Amino acid sequence: MTLADDSPRTVTAPAVPVPPDPTPPPVPRRRGPSLSRNRWGYAYVAPFFVVFGAFSLFPFLFTAWVSLHDARLSDIGGGTFVGLDNYAALLTNDFFWNALRNTITIGVLSTVPQLCLALGLAHLLHYKLRGRTFFRTLMLVPYATSIAAATLVFATLFGRDYGIINTALEAVGLDRIDWESGTLSSQVAIAVIVTWRWTGYNALIYLAAMQSIPGELYEAAEMDGASKWRQFLHVTIPSLRPTILFTVVVSTIGAVQLFGEPLLFGGNGATTGGARNQYQTLGLLMYQQGWTNFNIGQAATTAWAMFLIILAVVGSAALVGRYRARREGARR
Amino acid sequence: MTAVLTPPTPARTSGRRPGTKAGRAGPVAYTLLVLAGLLSVFPLYWSLVAGSHTNAEIAATPPPFLPNATFFENVSAAMDQAPLGLAIVNSVVVAGSITVGTVLFCTLAGFAFAKLRFRGSGGLLALVVGTMMVPTQLAVIPLFMMIAELKWVDSLQAVVLPTLVSAFGVFFMRQYLVTALPDELLEAGRVDGASTHRIFFSIVVPVARPAMAVLAMLTFLTAWNEFFWPIIALTAANPTVQVAIANLGSGYVPQRAVIMAGTLLGTLPVLLVFALLGKQIVGGIMAGAVKG
Repeated sequence: MTLADDSPRTVTAPAVPVPPDPTPPPVPRRRGPSLSRNRWGYAYVAPFFVVFGAFSLFPFLFTAWVSLHDARLSDIGGGTFVGLDNYAALLTNDFFWNALRNTITIGVLSTVPQLCLALGLAHLLHYKLRGRTFFRTLMLVPYATSIAAATLVFATLFGRDYGIINTALEAVGLDRIDWESGTLSSQVAIAVIVTWRWTGYNALIYLAAMQSIPGELYEAAEMDGASKWRQFLHVTIPSLRPTILFTVVVSTIGAVQLFGEPLLFGGNGATTGGARNQYQTLGLLMYQQGWTNFNIGQAATTAWAMFLIILAVVGSAALVGRYRARREGARR
Repeated sequence: MTAVLTPPTPARTSGRRPGTKAGRAGPVAYTLLVLAGLLSVFPLYWSLVAGSHTNAEIAATPPPFLPNATFFENVSAAMDQAPLGLAIVNSVVVAGSITVGTVLFCTLAGFAFAKLRFRGSGGLLALVVGTMMVPTQLAVIPLFMMIAELKWVDSLQAVVLPTLVSAFGVFFMRQYLVTALPDELLEAGRVDGASTHRIFFSIVVPVARPAMAVLAMLTFLTAWNEFFWPIIALTAANPTVQVAIANLGSGYVPQRAVIMAGTLLGTLPVLLVFALLGKQIVGGIMAGAVKG
């Protein structure tokens, strides 16, 4: 096990175990004349691009083509060209707007607590700790647990009649909650699953970034008489800003595609996301359109809507990043 | 996005940080960490407890907090309801093939992007980086049409082939090799008359091994847990572990104890990998941590 590793007295930051530094002391780097023009380069990247092109890039682009057709799952490769009809239908589809709303709510309910908790956890893990490898490994256990396993276990925990969460609520004198059938309660429960799975992972990402903050910044803050809390606010957070922005983008992309949790949370494999579609997400709606209703043209349209949302998120994050960078630049 | 992976060198860990910054953890910090640790493992522990008890026993106040031997009965009941043995074998084959393919192809491409100069390499690398953010999940509709056309529905190659490479892996290997592989070493090999392939296998691979190990662990974990595409491409007849436990959990007569026992059984292999290699996986994630 990993408990063995702790050297509480070392001042060094925790050792990233792999890989060892293979870089020799800086040598003037010359470009090898014989390797500089090497047609083998194409052969070396070919396997990647062949597989990637055939199974990722092509299908991804072809989704746009399918979305312009009235196509059933049965008439694969065929269908009638209908132009933008599917998109028009999507915009007047109440299920789409419902799923969009649910996706946003669950996304906010999971991303915000997840990243805040991860930041706090990273701060704790950054202390000199006994058994720090043990603690870090422990925090990653949820990440190693699959969506299916985590959702089934949490569905048990949140169960109306036999769930231990309701048992606990009753023990402290509160009412039992029918988590699955309520709109907000079911979305909270699903957000809890997502938060549980990803908090530790994000904490390690933040921890890695914290370890690269130069100690001089803290020394200077200390000399100015800044408290630990102010140091956290004014040194740690600003230094982590690019990392935070990155994790926000990655979690948001994950949130837009949320699928497995709402599919399995109800416990009957229904693609409706609850009796009143109270927790149907865009990912689940797309699956329902394609594989329950066999309307793949409509499903492809939903897929492209999801892509456009992701594009907007990444685009605005890039803008924020650039704006920040420019402002920082101007300040110096 | 300007996501730049730092090559996994331990430079950051070399202790240039003076002790003033991160103090020794106090009792409050330890308490909070222990609490967070308990929250991390409690759901899995609870699946062991719930897998050992009937619905009525679980609902008792106070609820039982220890597992018992009934768990094994429920495991065998779960294996009757879903082909979990076959699913575990399938998942080992699928995740194993994906890991071997990803590590090999990504090392090849990463080396080419790091050290070989060829026309258009910059543009191709930009394409790799650009597509890292594109969720391939949105490609499932044409992908399904393809595998239906090829009559691959319910066969393992349908879930292996589309995941056989990863843009992240190419970029990860490239970033590592740029700094870790000295040009002098390659030139020495070339002077000795070695071909590019020989150089790759006898010089590049040994140097790349630590990064390949990290990529292998992360790829295996991701492949084992992959859910969305397998649930579309496979059925209950020939499932991976995730498909099997999803079907187990979707029965119309939910037997909680059986579902929990089956779920834990399907999770056991990754927990085992984790217990053995947890430290390396933690290191890999932190080394691959992204700095904007």
